[in-house]
Amino acid sequence: MITFDNVTKSYEGKEGTVTAVKNVSFTVNKGDIFGVIGFSGAGKSTLVRCVNLLEEPTSGEVRVNNRDMKSLSAKELREARKKIGMVFQHFNLCESKTVYANVAIPLQLSKTPKKEVEKRVKDLLSFVGLSDKADNYPDQLSGGQKQRVGIARALATSPEVLLCDEATSALDPQTTKAILALLRKVNREFGITVLIITHEMPVIRDICNRVAVMENGEVIESGSVFDVFSRPEAKTTKNFVSSVMQDQLPQSVIKHLSEDGKTHYIYRILFEGEMASQPVLSKVGKQFDLEVNVLHGQITELQEKPFGNLIVEFHGEPERIEEAVALIKENLTVREVDLHEEY
Amino acid sequence: MRSTDWSTFWVRVLEATLETLTMTAFPLFFASLIGIPLGVAVVVTRKGHLFENRAAFFVLNTIVNIVRSVPFIILLVALIPLTRLIVGTTIGTTAAMVPLVIFAAPFIARLVESSLLEVDPGVTEAAKSMGATPWQIIFRFLIPEALSSLVLNLTIATIGLVGASAMAGAIGSGGLGDLAIAYGYQRFHTDVMIVTVILLVIIVQAIQVSGNHLSQAIRRR
Ligand SMILES: Nc1ncnc2c1ncn2[C@@H]1O[C@H](COP(=O)(O)OP(=O)(O)OP(=O)(O)O)[C@@H](O)[C@H]1O
Ligand SMILES: [Mg+2]
Repeated sequence: MITFDNVTKSYEGKEGTVTAVKNVSFTVNKGDIFGVIGFSGAGKSTLVRCVNLLEEPTSGEVRVNNRDMKSLSAKELREARKKIGMVFQHFNLCESKTVYANVAIPLQLSKTPKKEVEKRVKDLLSFVGLSDKADNYPDQLSGGQKQRVGIARALATSPEVLLCDEATSALDPQTTKAILALLRKVNREFGITVLIITHEMPVIRDICNRVAVMENGEVIESGSVFDVFSRPEAKTTKNFVSSVMQDQLPQSVIKHLSEDGKTHYIYRILFEGEMASQPVLSKVGKQFDLEVNVLHGQITELQEKPFGNLIVEFHGEPERIEEAVALIKENLTVREVDLHEEY
Repeated sequence: MRSTDWSTFWVRVLEATLETLTMTAFPLFFASLIGIPLGVAVVVTRKGHLFENRAAFFVLNTIVNIVRSVPFIILLVALIPLTRLIVGTTIGTTAAMVPLVIFAAPFIARLVESSLLEVDPGVTEAAKSMGATPWQIIFRFLIPEALSSLVLNLTIATIGLVGASAMAGAIGSGGLGDLAIAYGYQRFHTDVMIVTVILLVIIVQAIQVSGNHLSQAIRRR
């Protein structure tokens, strides 16, 4: 649906050239909710603005629906933009227009008949849950409500793609959840491909199926959210995952364990999918007469499937521990934890 | 102080008031006709804007600056040949309107510029992302968003015109300024001076209050 092919964007400034995006290549498939995460200044906004050519890439190609955006004429580009909705961090609504008029304007730009506009706006406002606010002005709305208007406006021209640049970053966690649920609904009900830019890992965890991690203008890691969460490679990725997953032992625990001079049998167990719900640990504990001590970890949901990361310590006969680990390995990913390697 | 026969003189005062209003309204209209598009042009031709064009921006911006830097009293005299060319006379209310328009147009352009630049660039961004043409962005996004502030700024320009029209009394333009100079200053009718000042204060107040109301009404339609 969206392909970034070696995209580079640099700005000529007084202090030389700033390269905001460097050789970025990846593909967003139809139906994806694709997340791009990175710290402030990583180049995420620049990258997403290259999709609808709000920024023109210095080199490389962005293809939407197999069409090279740079090759379009001004008129074709405007038509293409109507099929690419965009939602902004600060909403960017027209303060002088009512909620109704804000949602209607993309349709009026393409001279849609009045009756049709009326119907479409009504449907959209009810879809985003703002039917009763049609005649209000943006400054009478909360942040979450403004973003709903922003989403309704972006959907007005029935786009195939929705670009969200930090759509939830100005909202509190509760409102963020509601907006994310709405974006998921957009994806499910209309089959719209969503590209989300964020610096908040919960956003990725809660709705994305694929993710790319950006740092200093480059994509340093990408893949399915499941893979990236369970096997993060780059340091930045690990930090992002840790921020929502508690998948690293806290320093105090490591210190405590490594200073008592004893041998510890510590393992990391990854739960992916159905297995998380089974009481695996208590079962092996009983079977091999072991005491199982959960040191750290958490089980959450990814893609509506359980996903977890537990760090456990076994106390008991070393041979029995080995047997227990072998049994768990039949169904789950288990890795021995070396206290010296942890940080 | 000389005494004034108010039983007949009030007609002169009424005439002068109407002349002042005329010398404000008509130049405001024509100056807006020039100044508003000029202000829009100075905004949209600048770097990174809709119709980025260095040459056009430089020329327009320089013209505005040059005219803006000539004091009105000098403009009044310097433009006499142009005035004669356009309206065929160099004295009276009609003649004063030419320099008033030339004075107000670049002033209005600057005010329009500042109103438009106040509009959140995010709005332009959103408009582009929905496939609006540059003209649609100007007329359906920028101007409506700036309208309330534009009205306030045009109020400032209107009051500026009231002041300038009084100054035009120096070349015998008619109006309250002329009356104040001719009677209050040259013939020592202090009471005439006081009456004209009071009337000018009332006119300016009325303009400001209506401007504020209109601007508010636009903001909260
Ligand atoms: N118009 C511009 N001119 C010059 N440099 C720019 C411009 N836009 C962005 N940059 C630079 O490019 C880099 C990436 O900026 P960008 O806004 O894409 O980052 P971001 O990942 O979206 O950050 P944030 O999370 O803060 O929004 C920054 O170093 C920024 O200073
Ligand atoms: Mg950004």
